[in-house]
Amino acid sequence: MAADADKSARAAAEAVARASYGRLLAWLASRTSDVAAAEDALAEAFRAALESWPQRGAPHNPEAWLLTAARRKLIDVARRRKTRSGAEPNLLLAAKEAEAAARESPVFPDERLKLLFICAHPAIDKAVRTPLMLQTVLGLDAAHIASAFLTSPAAMSGRLVRAKRKIKAAGIPFETPALPDLSARLSAVLDAIYAAYGAGWDAAGADEVCVADLTQEAIYLADLAAALLPGEPEIWGLLSLMKHAEGRKEARRVNGAYVPLEAQDTTRWDREMIAAAETALARAWGCRNTGRYQLEAAIQSAHAASKLYGRDVSGDVAALYESLLDLAPSVGAHVGYAAALTAAGKAQDALRALERIDEKTAKRYQPYWAVRAKILDALGRLDEAATARERAVGLTQDPAVRAFLRASASSAD
Amino acid sequence: MKYLFLLYDNEDAWDAMEEAEKNEIYGAYMAYTEALRKAGAHIAGEPLSHSREGKRVRSADVQDGPFVDGKEQLGGFYMIEADNLDDALGWAARCPCAAIGHVEVRPVWNIGG
Repeated sequence: MAADADKSARAAAEAVARASYGRLLAWLASRTSDVAAAEDALAEAFRAALESWPQRGAPHNPEAWLLTAARRKLIDVARRRKTRSGAEPNLLLAAKEAEAAARESPVFPDERLKLLFICAHPAIDKAVRTPLMLQTVLGLDAAHIASAFLTSPAAMSGRLVRAKRKIKAAGIPFETPALPDLSARLSAVLDAIYAAYGAGWDAAGADEVCVADLTQEAIYLADLAAALLPGEPEIWGLLSLMKHAEGRKEARRVNGAYVPLEAQDTTRWDREMIAAAETALARAWGCRNTGRYQLEAAIQSAHAASKLYGRDVSGDVAALYESLLDLAPSVGAHVGYAAALTAAGKAQDALRALERIDEKTAKRYQPYWAVRAKILDALGRLDEAATARERAVGLTQDPAVRAFLRASASSAD
Repeated sequence: MKYLFLLYDNEDAWDAMEEAEKNEIYGAYMAYTEALRKAGAHIAGEPLSHSREGKRVRSADVQDGPFVDGKEQLGGFYMIEADNLDDALGWAARCPCAAIGHVEVRPVWNIGG
């Protein structure tokens, strides 16, 4: 009996945590300007819930209950600080407001957009923006985030703590930026969301499902951003890009083996997801203000059309990459452009395009060597191709991709 | 910064492997070592013979291996040069051993540095 009640209370708390963690934290943090204090208060509230709910049953309005409990904790903290270092008006004010909001709940305002902008604020180190978002908006723990970004849990916790301290000390305002700044600030938010997707994608080969889940989390964040700022075409572009990739997930790996786009079986594609990707892209184009993510999504859309309808898109894809390089000349875009040129039968130009990547980056960048091998194959320079392919193999983390590269070497011989 | 990678995997599983599978893993190690070299990160690295060939010396007492402390045994090492811990962890994740067993990453203690 007690065990059952405990289980159902835990399930109720977990359900609220999943659905409302970000909303509750964003609301508390935007009023305290102190993310760490808000997190502590919320964690305390969840702990209290796990103690109280098994005995009295889950409350009718769990979010209101949690806000009230968090408020008590905030008042405690404010009192303690008051005796030590003077008043903490923010904390007290927030606690009062929490009470009012809890009464009016469930319609307390959604402040998650402000939280997204805080996490990607220019004053916050670029490398910690995505982890900060994953922790504050989604409630993921530091160890899980650390693994996704191949860093140590202790180092990741330290970075997150320092970032939150900075938000508080620098008084970074909890607000949605006004128009002139909006697009620059928004692009930092989108970059951080996309980095979460990338981390999930890179890990998709690993057995650890929890890491691969980051792709879902990233799409969730972008969906959230799109719902809160529906007039911004780049958000729709990013959504489209991620949904195109997501829609091909099942085809990308068959019985553990890696399958590149050219060889994918489209019956394994999630056509509903691809359709959603196309809808998002159409919505973005409708705004008539091109951006990096829209171009990347358009490239994926062209690839999809080529696979599904047999259309020759190699020229279109190369042209889209040229526009992308004008806007955002990333190493990935250079490599993608080179691959597109090769597909369009311009291997010589492709080799020149690769040479624009600086040497230090290239030495560690697996896709550079994989594409280089392909180009050299096309040029009939097979020995050099084999050497480049070995470099790609040596830089590959995923054994399935390693096996694929090896197999493509023997088929090229 | 110098880092030592200690490569642990299951020796029995390795012994039971087909020749073709072993060759595939050898190939992966060769490619990995070459990638480290070309990136200027490689300092040293060797595979070790089976732990049954190992000896333990404590004071004047010598014991024969194998020393089975767990499912995975020390089977090789790399010494690499990396910019920082994250860079080192990136290299460790690419090591073929990371997918088969595990790689322990230890910063070299820079005495006096």
